[in-house]
Amino acid sequence: MQATETATQRSAAPGQGQRIDALIDEARHNMTICNACRYCEGFCPVFPAMERRRAFSPEDLKYLANLCHNCSECFYACQYAPPHEFAVNVPQSLSKLRTESYRQYAWPGPLARLFDRNGLVTALALAFGVTLLLLIAIALNGGLAPLVSNQHGGDFYALIPHNVMVITFGSVALFVLLALGMGSANFWRESGEGARALGDGKSWRQALAETFALRHLHGHGKVGCTYPDGYHSHARRYFHHFTFYGFMLSFAATVTGTIYHYVFGWVAPYELTSLPKLFGTLGGIGLLIGPAGLLYLKLKRDENTGDGKQLGMDVAFIALLWLTGATGLALMLFRETSALGLLLVIHLGVVMSLFVTMPYGKFVHGLYRLAAVYRNALESRRQGH
Amino acid sequence: MPKSTNAPSLGSGDLVHHDVLVIGGGNAALCAALSAREQGASVLMLESAPKVWRGGNSIHTRNLRSMHTAPTDVLTDAYLEEEFFEDVWRVTGGKTNEALARMVIRASETCTDWMKGYGVRFQPSLGGTLHLGRTNAFFLGGGKALVNTYYHAAERLGVKVIYEAEAQQLVFDGKRFDHALVSIGGETHQVSAKAVVVASGGFESNQAWLEEAWGPVSRNFLIRGTRFNQGKMLRSLLDNGAKSIGDPTQGHAVAIDARSPKYDGGIVTRVDCVSLGIVVNRDGERFYDEGEDFWPKRYAIWGRLIARQPDQIGYSITDAKAVGRFMPSVFPPEQADTLEELALKLDLPVASLLKTVDEFNAAVQPGHFDHSVLDDCRTRGITPEKTHWAQRLDEPPFFGYPLRTGITFTYLGAEVDEKARMYMASGELADNVFLAGEIMAGNILGQGYVAGFGMTIGTVFGRIAGTEAGHYAST
Repeated sequence: MQATETATQRSAAPGQGQRIDALIDEARHNMTICNACRYCEGFCPVFPAMERRRAFSPEDLKYLANLCHNCSECFYACQYAPPHEFAVNVPQSLSKLRTESYRQYAWPGPLARLFDRNGLVTALALAFGVTLLLLIAIALNGGLAPLVSNQHGGDFYALIPHNVMVITFGSVALFVLLALGMGSANFWRESGEGARALGDGKSWRQALAETFALRHLHGHGKVGCTYPDGYHSHARRYFHHFTFYGFMLSFAATVTGTIYHYVFGWVAPYELTSLPKLFGTLGGIGLLIGPAGLLYLKLKRDENTGDGKQLGMDVAFIALLWLTGATGLALMLFRETSALGLLLVIHLGVVMSLFVTMPYGKFVHGLYRLAAVYRNALESRRQGH
Repeated sequence: MPKSTNAPSLGSGDLVHHDVLVIGGGNAALCAALSAREQGASVLMLESAPKVWRGGNSIHTRNLRSMHTAPTDVLTDAYLEEEFFEDVWRVTGGKTNEALARMVIRASETCTDWMKGYGVRFQPSLGGTLHLGRTNAFFLGGGKALVNTYYHAAERLGVKVIYEAEAQQLVFDGKRFDHALVSIGGETHQVSAKAVVVASGGFESNQAWLEEAWGPVSRNFLIRGTRFNQGKMLRSLLDNGAKSIGDPTQGHAVAIDARSPKYDGGIVTRVDCVSLGIVVNRDGERFYDEGEDFWPKRYAIWGRLIARQPDQIGYSITDAKAVGRFMPSVFPPEQADTLEELALKLDLPVASLLKTVDEFNAAVQPGHFDHSVLDDCRTRGITPEKTHWAQRLDEPPFFGYPLRTGITFTYLGAEVDEKARMYMASGELADNVFLAGEIMAGNILGQGYVAGFGMTIGTVFGRIAGTEAGHYAST
């Protein structure tokens, strides 16, 4: 309880507490009706997890909110969905509560307000700002000329010295890791579980398998989920896979590049068949397809099933991912030309803003969902089913 | 019905030149429409509800009773014709057409595979509350998910569906259906077809008709299902000389939470704790053996019992011993630390309730409480006795749920043969009229109810009616 109160106090702006209370009440109203009906129990783990409880504390509800994949099957199947006077709408209610929980768990607290203005404009402004900063840094280093010349033969480090890159990105990465770690710790503490409960290997295996396969978007019978409308489709899961694995491959490109550089002393640029190049190319393509598809589905989706307030945050994250892929690929394709300088600066600016916004945007859903899926695995194992 | 802003716009030809007209939009109507398409017929389906309310009472259902000789992916163990028929015989007290009932039971064996063919999904057989996994197949997501799946299939296969299209009247030429008068967007249209399937439900949402059957007490009834079952087609069939079957006061009437909405309360309004305590009426007096049998079996009698009480209201009263032993209902119970306080909260006469509880407590015999069997906990020397699960009401807090009669569906209908063809009062069969679902369920269910059997009748007769209508239209 102590942790809950501090987490709430830390990030609560005026009126925030009331909004959370209202969302908690709404989610509780939904869960109470669901628990008396139970027709949806085969859809996803939210319902069995709900049935393990008779009363719903705010902590329980936030856990359920982060366990929900927002597939909307239960909304279309619900005999009590609006216009019924019970107005049951589980995906929307949990979606709103989930957004508020991101804000509550965020670290450090004052920065949680970034969630409020986390729209496309903010993200793009940030990208622009960082780009501008880099431009200035380079200009200070030797004038703008190197940016537009093609005398560097495709060598990044002629433009921005390697150690400058490592220091800037390294320190941002450390901060981001710390912030994400603290946010996840807040989530876990609020769920009422201790650190010791994190050590169940079988539950981890189940949770990771479910997460990496997006099993809860398969739909029962592998027909897909009812997203973006009432018809079954695998589109969301496929586009999410492109996005997630595209991101991971791009990340792997950076990691292998770093290993090449420090362990083997192989300095960029690398061959087309080298690991960093292969990872980067495939990852970039994934990031072009996945986020574009997710955005298309999101704009097409039934507005009854989502949290309208969250749309800006989602679009900002999707846009940054897409730009990361697009600028990365452009950089690779045009590195031999005079565009290298500008492309490099833009790409790094986008990646930097993606990093910086990670703990205060949609990225956190992955961590909290994984934690919730793990907790669900743990709970069902404890119950023996 | 007021003119709706989102009433469907009709193109020329939308309403004519169809082989089969299906009137209704629930499970039976959908099964009929799909089956008629299987015969190659062109099909027009008229659903009186707007799209958001489509599906009739079927949206509140959750399973279908199905015969099977061996375990399947969705049913455990076996459930053979004889046992199934005995269950039907027992609840109906013999008021059933045995030939039709057995025909439905045998045909039920093929239903789940046919349903899966159209994309219907079921819960795995291990799941399911109420311990019905052996006899009943549970729809994943319940009845609304089921009808959504059927509507998607109908759309895919080219069935023309018009919402907010309320058939008002059927026009016959002797024993042949000629056309229907249908109200769409405030205008009346004349809709003809080679054959008609009427699967438009009962009349339970029609207050005037309920009053005709039950008298003024019906004003205190709640309707658990759709508000769109007005019985207009049933009335029109009878006006055209159909042979009626069933008693207008028979149907599925259960005891539900008195605070439920007038319509569409569905499953969550059930009150599951009757057998764990006592039930009193407005005057604080008991009136029936709460421990007569298991709740699913006795569930269907309490609606009628409450209907006979003053003001058509009852109160289920339990104490702390019942907590956690039954499915929670949507509304929290009234709760108090003393019976006096509970009586005040429920607006019951205090002295009378205390007297009832005292007499009940004094009559409780020692025994071994076990809610999973017909145990030996009973009363002795009071009227009515409680014959099982009788425990003293003495452990605070005390809880009270107000109960009212909830009508789920009605059994008055028209008589049919095994090909879903409708009988005229003269004893002849109508030429091109086929019935399915609640409008003919009274052939098989003269009274009482077994869970999931309405969906079985609707599915089996829907398939037969659609197939026969499609076949008729093509010859």
